[in-house]
Amino acid sequence: MSQPPKHLELTQVDIDFPTPNGPFKALSNVNLTINKGEFVSLIGHSGCGKSTVLNIIAGLYQATEGGCLLDGKEVNSPGPERAVVFQNHSLLPWLNAYENVELAVKQVFGKRMNKAEMRDWIEHNLALVHMGHALDKRPDEISGGMKQRVGIARALAMQPTVLLMDEPFGALDALTRAHLQDSLMEIQADLNNTVIMITHDVDEAVLLSDRIVMMTNGPAATVGEILNIDLPRPRDRIALADNPEYNQYRHQVLKFLYEKQRSPDAQQSTKPASGAAVTLALTPNQTNDDTEQAA
Amino acid sequence: MSTSTLSHRVSDSMAFVAQQSKQLVIPLIGLLLFLFIWEVGAKNIHTSLGTFPGPVAVYQQATNLIGEHQRERQKEQAFYERQEQRNAKKLAKNPDAVIKVRPYTGKPTFFDQIGTSLVTVMAGFFFASLIAIPAGIVIGLNQTLYSAFNPLIQLFKPVSPLAWLPLVTMVVSAVYVSKDPMFAKSFVTSLVTVSLCCLWPTLLNTAVGVSGISKDLQNVSQVLRLSWLTHVMKIVLPSAIPMIFTGLRLSLGIAWMVLIAAEMLAQNPGLGKFVWDEFQNGSSNSLGRIMVAVLVIGLIGFLLDRCMLMLQRKVSWDKSAVLR
Repeated sequence: MSQPPKHLELTQVDIDFPTPNGPFKALSNVNLTINKGEFVSLIGHSGCGKSTVLNIIAGLYQATEGGCLLDGKEVNSPGPERAVVFQNHSLLPWLNAYENVELAVKQVFGKRMNKAEMRDWIEHNLALVHMGHALDKRPDEISGGMKQRVGIARALAMQPTVLLMDEPFGALDALTRAHLQDSLMEIQADLNNTVIMITHDVDEAVLLSDRIVMMTNGPAATVGEILNIDLPRPRDRIALADNPEYNQYRHQVLKFLYEKQRSPDAQQSTKPASGAAVTLALTPNQTNDDTEQAA
Repeated sequence: MSTSTLSHRVSDSMAFVAQQSKQLVIPLIGLLLFLFIWEVGAKNIHTSLGTFPGPVAVYQQATNLIGEHQRERQKEQAFYERQEQRNAKKLAKNPDAVIKVRPYTGKPTFFDQIGTSLVTVMAGFFFASLIAIPAGIVIGLNQTLYSAFNPLIQLFKPVSPLAWLPLVTMVVSAVYVSKDPMFAKSFVTSLVTVSLCCLWPTLLNTAVGVSGISKDLQNVSQVLRLSWLTHVMKIVLPSAIPMIFTGLRLSLGIAWMVLIAAEMLAQNPGLGKFVWDEFQNGSSNSLGRIMVAVLVIGLIGFLLDRCMLMLQRKVSWDKSAVLR
């Protein structure tokens, strides 16, 4: 069986955090393979280690066991090819929108671009997130949604191989969130980046993703089920509202979150969902098999 | 209708005036109360140099000091004019004559002493900041260095300038030897003492400000792989600015207090020496003149702090922050 070249691969990742009462195992045996250009959502209850997975891919945390490979290279430090959109935008409050993006662009393209090219590239990225009109606004002068747009522009401007998003729209009101989700879908259709997004929002996950990775409750959280979302793109939120397939996917995610992983002391391992015609659910064991074949 | 809006406006503006005058009147009442207590209290304190000076006596001494200063300046001007005429005459007789220009060596007045003290305090404070800010950044960024230096900082922070002074005087006399010194030894001694005492608040506050940078911004810096210098310039310094200025303002306050003590004890020129000289002088005017110095020292300390506040407003990126 021939395997396509792996783009991003997490293999048997464990992570322990030291605490006064001994090490705390946050993740145990996480296996995940992500293809180029894929949009993957991580979903699970609070404290299940979604952010930890993202931080390991970003290189901000080091796995205690196992590791992360990006295009065959081991990830062990942060870098702009794995740009992160942080939950609370994390813009530098003393720089305006243009300068915030400029800091990233100078760092990544400082040697390859001249001044005019850099200016065009910064403006292009801010225009991409519809922020072209507010280049000189500082973060405290713009709304939460606009800040998050600038955060996304900063990440996109690094031309990342993988775009990591940590609950990017979590702190926004529903209308702004919908706008930004649409923008993100447009941009992703355009640039075909690999995107890994953490979310709490089931609708957001189904609307945006190619695959949804559902995580079990911590401690020692791991990948519970993986759901393939086989809806045609471009997707339209209004049309999808009445789509039975869409509702079927939503139902499956909700079922995982509220029945199988209802409370934090629910059982750790989950059985694959059976009977659903459109699902392609993988248990941790099956993922292990894949990686063993690849090895 | 129009009359009612007009009356509204009138009552609004009345309220505004009332509020403004309240802001003015209350401090004024406080000041008058203070002057009254001072006057009454002073009358009842009898020292070996006469009764303690009340506000009126102090005011008279202040005008005396101004008068002395003006007379001294006139003398100085006259001296230079005479010298210039003499030299011009000499040159007229013989164009190749070697002329001498001697500086005026009159007694420094109260205002000269203020000038000396201000120059010394600014130099000492500047020197201390030059060391304390970079050192604070380095210590704040590195937990190991912080652990290493923190006990030392805590140890030296509470040391009084008077304890340092003999050591500094001896070291400066031993080390600062040159035929043609750029600065007077007394100036260097004061400067070093001031620096040693006002180093610590800036150092500590900078270190604390730097180590308190939000984790999110540190993550941004890591993801961007910013170099150490860019990290410091773009992320560390702007976020530590408020704490650095808190430290600087504390330091400047301490520097000013330390300087007066150092000048008094070491007989270095400046306001401290003025106070000490007047005390030794022991005339019936001395206490009044010292009281003038006390008020001026307080006023200058206050103005120095206001200057730092203005500088902070200028440097701070967050113009909306309330600074006090």
